[in-house]
Amino acid sequence: MTVTAPVSGLLPALRRSAPVQALASWKGGVAGTFLILVVLGALFAPWLTPYGFDVQNLPGAFQAPNLSHPMGTDEFGRDVLTRILYGARTSLSVSAVAIAISLFCGMVLGASAGYFGGRFDRAVMVVVDLTWAFPEILVALMLVAIIGPGTTGTLVAICVAYLAQFTRLTRAQVMALKSETFVEAARGMGASNAAILFRHLLPNCLGPVLVAGMLATGDAIILEATLGFFGLGAQPPTPSWGGMMSSGSGLLFKGPWIIMFPGLCIALTVVAINMFGDALLHKLDVRERVRTA
Amino acid sequence: MLMEVKELSLSIGKVALLDRVSFSVDRGQVLGLVGESGSGKSLTALALTGLVRRIGGRITGGSIAFDGQELSDLPEPAYRKLRGKRIAFITQNPMSALDALKTIGDQVDQVSRLHLGLSRKAARAHTVDILTRLRIPEAATVARAYPHQLSGGMKQRVVIAMALAADADLIIADEPTTALDVTVQAQIVMILSELVRKRNIGLILITHDMGVVAQICDKVCVLYAGRVAESGPVGQLFDTPRHPYSAALIGCIPRECMAPGALKGIPGTVPSALNYGAECCRFASRCARADALCHTTRPLPHSQGAALVACHHPQGTAAQPEALDV
Amino acid sequence: MLGFAIRRILMLVPVFLAVSVIIFLMIHMLPGDPIDNLLRIGAGPDQRAALTEKYGLDRPLYEQYLYWIGNVVQGDFGNAIVQRRPVASLIGQALPYSLTLGGLALLVSTVLGITVGIIAASFKGSWLDQGLMGGVLFGSMLPNFWIGLLLILVFSVSLGWTPVSGARGWESLILPVVTIGLGGTALVARVTRVAMIDAQGRDFVMLLHAKGVHPVVIQLRHVLRHALIPVVTILALRIGWILGGAVTVEVVFARPGLGSLLIKSLNQHDYPVVQASLLILAMAVLLGTLLGDLLQAAMDPRIRDNLK
Repeated sequence: MTVTAPVSGLLPALRRSAPVQALASWKGGVAGTFLILVVLGALFAPWLTPYGFDVQNLPGAFQAPNLSHPMGTDEFGRDVLTRILYGARTSLSVSAVAIAISLFCGMVLGASAGYFGGRFDRAVMVVVDLTWAFPEILVALMLVAIIGPGTTGTLVAICVAYLAQFTRLTRAQVMALKSETFVEAARGMGASNAAILFRHLLPNCLGPVLVAGMLATGDAIILEATLGFFGLGAQPPTPSWGGMMSSGSGLLFKGPWIIMFPGLCIALTVVAINMFGDALLHKLDVRERVRTA
Repeated sequence: MLMEVKELSLSIGKVALLDRVSFSVDRGQVLGLVGESGSGKSLTALALTGLVRRIGGRITGGSIAFDGQELSDLPEPAYRKLRGKRIAFITQNPMSALDALKTIGDQVDQVSRLHLGLSRKAARAHTVDILTRLRIPEAATVARAYPHQLSGGMKQRVVIAMALAADADLIIADEPTTALDVTVQAQIVMILSELVRKRNIGLILITHDMGVVAQICDKVCVLYAGRVAESGPVGQLFDTPRHPYSAALIGCIPRECMAPGALKGIPGTVPSALNYGAECCRFASRCARADALCHTTRPLPHSQGAALVACHHPQGTAAQPEALDV
Repeated sequence: MLGFAIRRILMLVPVFLAVSVIIFLMIHMLPGDPIDNLLRIGAGPDQRAALTEKYGLDRPLYEQYLYWIGNVVQGDFGNAIVQRRPVASLIGQALPYSLTLGGLALLVSTVLGITVGIIAASFKGSWLDQGLMGGVLFGSMLPNFWIGLLLILVFSVSLGWTPVSGARGWESLILPVVTIGLGGTALVARVTRVAMIDAQGRDFVMLLHAKGVHPVVIQLRHVLRHALIPVVTILALRIGWILGGAVTVEVVFARPGLGSLLIKSLNQHDYPVVQASLLILAMAVLLGTLLGDLLQAAMDPRIRDNLK
């Protein structure tokens, strides 16, 4: 005989309907469609554009947006749209993978801290609070400085920068759920700590934490771009959105389109992620819990 | 009449919560508004103070006359001038009714400064004076204290002081003693009844405690599921309750000389507002005297001695005098 | 209250030391040898050894730390290896710029954010609420540096109203402050709105209405005071955010300041400067939390009494 968590748990609800319902609302629909298009564009970049992302064409440099180059060309005559499509591969995958790792570590850390409490909890929270007080960009800058510029450095930096947030959120959720009757019941039935934690507690706080992860992916894209902008992200010739703006920032007068379009892409993607995340939160009815954490 | 409520009906959204409720109170009188939780007592209080609009309620019929002035359609700015000045409201829980970040004095001063236009200094003197008269020791010190530094009974006296700060003519007290210790309850009840006699004001006391009603009320109005079951002078209601519900409520009061097991409860619960029937007696499902008539026709209030009773088969009448003896 | 303040400041000392150890260790994990930047091409190993000894880089780590922290406490941050000046003077030069920028941005975001939050909460659920919060949220999602560049493009390049970069005159502050302020306003507005809505629903508000107090007075004198407590707490915890924003924005607008100094020194592997800048930023964060605690106690009599 097993005791299961209440069916009103957030994961089943999420799996069953929330993303679908979020897509059905007009905000979520617009945002979701845009995100799908960006991902498809990144995936199928080689087939979508006749140009290579790294083929220089110096005579054709600094072309303003025109029919054959809808977003213009950069200082080496490379097509900006092509570089944005390829750049999406780097920027999106680095941010998403980093957040996924960070989310996993944060959940394990936060759940165990919240569940076991005591000295372990206090130790974890001291470290978490310390990093949380520091702005993500500073934490990331430090780590990139240690590991060295590039994709790996950015990945680790984003991971660590958001770890505190996920740990805090999971911990708060687990602490709230810990004293619920169904957990007491499971314990009464002789379930082990691990079983209670992974079978009963984590599934029930997955919803808000996953949505927080999604929203953080938006922030991570900005962080990745900011590191790229400082020249610390993915190194040339690999295109990334932040990197494109870094090289373009000196050319603000000669070719504003070189930085405006990648920036617009970042902005729209982040806004879309937030809009979709918000629609999800609305459907899950946990907005205040995540937004103010 | 200081306040006369006639056939007052009220809804929140589409749900009708009060159905043609009538009662009145005069100066020097205490009216007890009694009933179980969910009977519409607190809602009535909010309706009388015009605060029901704040929670989305709407008066759908009837009238509230206060000192000859019609209140049911009074615009909010005018109502605001009345509230706190002539009609004072004592809310349910003194523990959370005070602003935790302001001193007691500031909160009581606020009323006299707002409604009587007193200066800061005069208002504070006034406040200390009222607190002293409510037998709060070292009133000047208490005025400088914060709510969390006072006991529940003290806080309730402070809330009463606010009601007195602008010399209100009518006080509406919503369960003023429920959140307090039993010993403190008695003190607060005594303070309130004394105020009515000394200041010749009207008091509407909302309570579910029939013992308190017996102690200080002159008139009682028994509410059941948003309707008046019975209203009349307190003596008659306790001696010869006509409505089976009033009788049952009185039966619920524990008494010293009671034989063990004699204490009665009322079977069933108050129907939810969503299941209120329009054309029936809402007490019928819990009533031993109910018959087919009660389930199909709404009983209209009619005189029984000095009381108004809304029952098809009132007790103590020729029809069935023996049933449900209390 | 004074006792609490002193105790709270004393509690900061161990935290500060812990942070300084972490920063010190992290710096020593940094790749790249600053000595490399100093040596002239063709310099021999004995010259390298001499320089290493001069900067104490050959001594054990704990000795280096104790030496460093001992000097730091006396206000001596050592000498910049690459920039060849006392670190204290480099920081002393940069700090006023960052403080002006950060302070102004904090002021703008607090005032604007609280105003927006109050309006949104007072008309909760209306089109005004949704419009304001939507706009604020949108503004906070755009990358800081991109907004900066966009503003430069519009106001400096196209319209010529403000200087493109640098730190001359108050006009040069407008765009950086707006850039940082956007994100800060969003944060403050969001927190204020939620806190106001929470406070609006409490029992005491109903009694205030029953007293006949005007709703505007209730919102501003009573509800807002309750709402400000969480706002102050979160703002104090997030002072670092505003400083973090300053780092990016200083680089975008080519303004002198702690942020540009930090980035420049990171790129040059100038250990002592990086160490000192981070320590100053960490101190700002810690002071922020201290300020938050003190303000909270000043605002809430219940907390004040708990301290006694």
